[in-house]
Amino acid sequence: MAAEREPPPLGDAKPTDFEELEDGEDLFTSTVSTLESSPSSPEPASLPAEDVSTNSNGPKPAEVVLDDDREDLFAEATEEVSLDSPEREPILSSEPSPAVTPVTPTTLIAPRIESKSMSAPVIFDRSREEIEEEANGDVFDIEIGVSDPEKVGDGMNAYMAYRVTTKTSLSMFSKSEFSVKRRFSDFLGLHSKLASKYLHVGYIVPPAPEKSIVGMTKVKVGKEDSSSTEFVEKRRAALERYLQRTVKHPTLLQDPDLRQFLESSELPRAVNTQALSGAGILRMVNKAADAVNKMTIKMNESDAWFEEKQQQFENLDQQLRKLHASVEALVCHRKELSANTAAFAKSAAMLGNSEDHTALSRALSQLAEVEEKIDQLHQEQAFADFYMFSELLSDYIRLIAAVKGVFDHRMKCWQKWEDAQITLLKKRETEAKMMVANKPDKIQQAKNEIREWEAKVQQGERDFEQISKTIRKEVGRFELIKYWEAFLPEAKAIA
Amino acid sequence: MEGRQAGKESKQPSSVSVDLQGDSSLQVEISDAVSERDKVKFTVQTKSCLPHFTQLEFSVVRQHEEFIWLHDAYVENEEYAGLIIPPAPPRPDFEASREKLQKLGEGDSSITREEFAKMKQELEAEYLAIFKKTVAMHEVFLQRLAAHPTLRRDHNFFVFLEYGQDLSVRGKNRKELLGGYLRNIVKSADEALITRMSGLKEVDDFFEHERTFLLEYHTRIRDACLRADRVMYSHKCLADDYIPISAALNSLGVQEVNQLKMSFLKLAEFFERLRKLEGRVASDEDLKLSDMLRYYMRDSQAAKDLLYRRLRALADYENANKALDKARTRNREVRTAESHQQQCCQRFERLSDSAKQELMDFKSRRVISFRKNLIELAELELKHAKASTLLLWNTLLTLKGEP
Repeated sequence: MAAEREPPPLGDAKPTDFEELEDGEDLFTSTVSTLESSPSSPEPASLPAEDVSTNSNGPKPAEVVLDDDREDLFAEATEEVSLDSPEREPILSSEPSPAVTPVTPTTLIAPRIESKSMSAPVIFDRSREEIEEEANGDVFDIEIGVSDPEKVGDGMNAYMAYRVTTKTSLSMFSKSEFSVKRRFSDFLGLHSKLASKYLHVGYIVPPAPEKSIVGMTKVKVGKEDSSSTEFVEKRRAALERYLQRTVKHPTLLQDPDLRQFLESSELPRAVNTQALSGAGILRMVNKAADAVNKMTIKMNESDAWFEEKQQQFENLDQQLRKLHASVEALVCHRKELSANTAAFAKSAAMLGNSEDHTALSRALSQLAEVEEKIDQLHQEQAFADFYMFSELLSDYIRLIAAVKGVFDHRMKCWQKWEDAQITLLKKRETEAKMMVANKPDKIQQAKNEIREWEAKVQQGERDFEQISKTIRKEVGRFELIKYWEAFLPEAKAIA
Repeated sequence: MEGRQAGKESKQPSSVSVDLQGDSSLQVEISDAVSERDKVKFTVQTKSCLPHFTQLEFSVVRQHEEFIWLHDAYVENEEYAGLIIPPAPPRPDFEASREKLQKLGEGDSSITREEFAKMKQELEAEYLAIFKKTVAMHEVFLQRLAAHPTLRRDHNFFVFLEYGQDLSVRGKNRKELLGGYLRNIVKSADEALITRMSGLKEVDDFFEHERTFLLEYHTRIRDACLRADRVMYSHKCLADDYIPISAALNSLGVQEVNQLKMSFLKLAEFFERLRKLEGRVASDEDLKLSDMLRYYMRDSQAAKDLLYRRLRALADYENANKALDKARTRNREVRTAESHQQQCCQRFERLSDSAKQELMDFKSRRVISFRKNLIELAELELKHAKASTLLLWNTLLTLKGEP
């Protein structure tokens, strides 16, 4: 069936396909290298190579490897589609697929797994899942805007309400255009719900903008100066970016909470996002405990991919932070420059006034005008710099923190699994001892416990596998999106 | 007079144009300058066919303190009371940039080697710029003296230009400096007093007008100069900021392996070029605008001093008149009082005449200089703006053309 598809019909398409994959984004350097080698080497030989490179911690290397490979390919396929670049699409569509579309992705890797005996249902299950994602990727037609910040209420209970507008053609939403009013704590509530659901499974949940007590208090008190309007504008832009990132994630998009957030006009007030509430303090305690844990857990990273990625992210994080700091300095100086230019313009004007030589006087006052215009220009540029560049950078820094969080979760999962294994061993030992000591009832109890722990071990192992897989996929998506997001605002800012 | 020589430093034409009457019988220039730790030694070269000098061409080495001595000699000379004495050149001040160099040298481990090298380069360029400026200032001072028909004939000037050996003028010690400050305070108090004296009225409209004008002008130009300085400083900071940004982008680009890498590297290069442009803008502004404003600030101060002297002479004259009247009534010491009054009158008139001439010269000089500098400033700014727009466009195109 799937294995019967021979290379020849796909002969021309396949090598070019892989070439495209190579030339394009080298998303997974380790896996791509194996992809490169596969067209050249004979099919069966390619598999052991993959075996080695994508060795995960699972006890069943062969199947898992295969899953990973296909997963990677599917991920890349999804990426290619959502990229919308014309060169990718013909590849997929030109696949000689007399069969129905669902089977197309399978044919991509069919040549490679032909010698493997796979249980067909597994393949189909997998592929259907992927296709669903791919289908979503194809029709990624959802636009979100956050606008119209309005101050509601008075005094310390005041808050800013933002209008969230959604335009979409996705079928799961009831209307194609709708808007609701939300406040900042609603966004935070959404994020915490999503995080609690998806973070420990390995999905990278985009982080929400930070709370700023100082800023909000100023707004509440009603100070109508430029810094508070700036703050509101900053926050609005950040919220918009946050929502856009969240909906780009195909799995998160399916989430009912997100849908409720976007659609329903009344949302239960997310109380536990308040800074000084009990939940807030609990979160802080948790964070501290996590930090301590991180230091004590020493994980044997036998998966080179993870180690490399983690290293990469560390480096990236550092560099982004540095860049961010320098950009902040730049923005600050530009603001200074504009202020100084304004001052100079004024004094040049005065000088022109007191000069009695008329031509010179006129020249000087014109100089003053020019300087004023320059000052305005500089101010604008400062704002552009600030909003586009600097905010984006801080977003990315936070995203990377989220990624690191995901990695940490993976470590915790592994830890749990390890613990489960150890306990299982101990239980087995106790059982052995019981057998030797010949105490029948204790033996029964021991046996029960053993079964229980075995189940846990298996569960832990499965969780771990799942999380590793998801993380890989996520990282792939993340890198890609990062590329696009970084590029566009840059270009706009420069212009 | 442009300076060109075969010395260590190639000079730039002095940014403050002094309209010299093309009298080539005495040409003075600073042909060389050497900076040794704290001091700067200027080589003053003179070409002259005047009979006072023993040779046609000669040069001496002078230090800043000797310039100051010359200036003070002029100021204290009663004969030149009616003239605007060209302002003394400012002390060569490398403190700020030396501090920065030191701070950089102390090492900040977070900056990379390239960044460090670039910043060092920037600082060195700054140092060089300050150096060139101070040379120019000293030269302008001498050249104005040489061009002025009266001032150039001063004996001290000849000594300054010709005397081969060290003039052994030590810098003012603290007591003298303090004395200088006190004298300034006394002078301004005196001025205030004189103007308020009831009996004194300005007979000449011209001078009245000039006085008010100069006072106002001086404050405003001082203001403008300060602010122009600040603008230039901000520009420089901005240019310096681009260094770490460019370096960070570079390291980011090195890490990435895909098209993002190209974008990052291109951006890094772009920022680097932008930085150079901004730096040039800053230094040009500095040269054309700030320096000119500063010079005229000092010049207007000198003009104010002249007016003050004249006022003082007027007050003396009035006093002498009163004394004469008093002596006449008492019929005692009439002779001395009369001669004294004569003296004062003569002095006053002499001062008034030359002051009038000087002030008109000052005005025309100022207008010409401003015009030249403003034109050059505008042209340079335009050039730089065009260059940076071009740079931005190109980078944008390259970035867009990639994927």
